[in-house]
Amino acid sequence: MYSDKVMDHFTNPRNVGEIANADGVGEVGNARCGDIMKIWIKVEDGIIQDVKFKTFGCGAAIATSSVITEMAIGKTLDEAEEITNKSVAEELEGLPPLKMHCSNLAADALRAAIEDYRKKHPITA
Amino acid sequence: MSEIYLDHAATTPLRPEVLEAMLPYFNQEFGNPSSVYGAGRRAHQALDQARDTVADLLGAKSEEIIFTSGGSEAANLAIKGVAWAYQTKGKHIITSAIEHHAVLDAVLWLKQQGFEVTILPVDEEGFVDPQSVQEALRGDTILVSIMHANNEVGTIQPIEDIGAIVRAHGAFFHTDAVQTAGILDLDVAELNVDLLSLSAHKFYGPKGVGALYVRKGVRLDPLIHGGAQEKRRRAGTENVAGIVGLAKAFELAQAERGEVTRHLIQLRDQLLQGLQAIPHTKVNGSLERRLPNNVNVCFQFIEGESLLLNLDLKGIAGSSGSACTSGSLDPSHVLLAMGLSHEIAHGSLRLTLGRENTQDQVTYVLEEIPIIVERLRAMSPLYNA
Ligand SMILES: Cc1ncc(COP(=O)(O)O)c(C=O)c1O
Ligand SMILES: [Zn+2]
Repeated sequence: MYSDKVMDHFTNPRNVGEIANADGVGEVGNARCGDIMKIWIKVEDGIIQDVKFKTFGCGAAIATSSVITEMAIGKTLDEAEEITNKSVAEELEGLPPLKMHCSNLAADALRAAIEDYRKKHPITA
Repeated sequence: MSEIYLDHAATTPLRPEVLEAMLPYFNQEFGNPSSVYGAGRRAHQALDQARDTVADLLGAKSEEIIFTSGGSEAANLAIKGVAWAYQTKGKHIITSAIEHHAVLDAVLWLKQQGFEVTILPVDEEGFVDPQSVQEALRGDTILVSIMHANNEVGTIQPIEDIGAIVRAHGAFFHTDAVQTAGILDLDVAELNVDLLSLSAHKFYGPKGVGALYVRKGVRLDPLIHGGAQEKRRRAGTENVAGIVGLAKAFELAQAERGEVTRHLIQLRDQLLQGLQAIPHTKVNGSLERRLPNNVNVCFQFIEGESLLLNLDLKGIAGSSGSACTSGSLDPSHVLLAMGLSHEIAHGSLRLTLGRENTQDQVTYVLEEIPIIVERLRAMSPLYNA
């Protein structure tokens, strides 16, 4: 059902955990539908230095969370905001059609974390 | 490592003795049971014999048994067949919120056709209160359908009591016994049922064959028209090999029932005890009236599919009521009807034992599950260790 890449991230999730003094935190999903993702980011000079996640959800939910941490680290905030749920699924060599909706929320979670960062760090001219 | 199969409520492996009994009917005794020559007569005899066996095991008469393509067809035939045959008498049907979809969806379809439906709630252990059946019965109630034991949580309903109430009222009573046939002792007179569905692949018989008991005098409109088979209640050339297999498997299950039940209960209770030792774990269903092979628990803060995938990586096959395993957006309708929150219901695990499971397998499973649960909790945003 899942691609090898999904199973790799599921069995070996990267960057699990929390960042103590995170610069931004984003959470999406709800327990009703069964997938909740929370992402923490560390930002320096507009570049994402570190990303960590915690996820309650199925195999697809865990794999998308894991892979997006790898996709985001080292990117500028603007670049990271360009990551879409679709590109996450592509990075994982595809997701089963049923999983495209509820379990594929990692990009939303990352964007929520970036938004949180921007709110806490308004650009002052 | 060979797989540890703990999903016997989903299906069971065909027993070699059953396969052996079936084999001649594929290519040697291949005649059509409706044909008059020798090969046809011999196939017909095999059918008669299977029917006698199944009837005997249920305490029924041979002409009260209809063979079908499985549990789903048996339940559909019982429900739609009675509804159509008696719709001039009344259009009210009663069922419960925890039925298998083969029953629930058939009843809901009838509702679309203009029947009136009452869906009874269950308590937190999954029991239908017989008193609630009494209160739901109306002058125009033609049929009540309540399952014998639930396929997810294993709760065994007080079918005898419900049956007595329904009979006294003059309506018909169907029970879906797909999860109890071959496991519990079934006697249609003791159960006070008018119709009873069963399916061979749940008791080490072949898939795609089942039976419906219909008490003499209960009329049924057929689902399938076209021939005189099964006394015009189910057209189509009979699945002779499958029916022979069903009867053989049912016979074996009954003969070994006492011994197998003791074995299952021992393993079940060991599993239940071991899993309950994991913090934030809830057992679903009743501890008193529970199928001997059923274990169902919810681990808080984690989701069922990721649990199943991890179990699979350790060679353990189980199932879950999580939405992500069902292909729908909601978790198990059974767990929700028992009052569990969505969040908790997503973390359910069902392990259903079979005759070939061993103590060593249970010990191994009880070593692996706590590790997996802990690992998933460590990555859950809902869990604060
Ligand atoms: C309680 C119950 N009813 C009906 C069915 C359907 O039986 P079958 O798979 O033979 O159609 C099942 C099996 O999944 C079941 O567990
Ligand atoms: Zn999911």
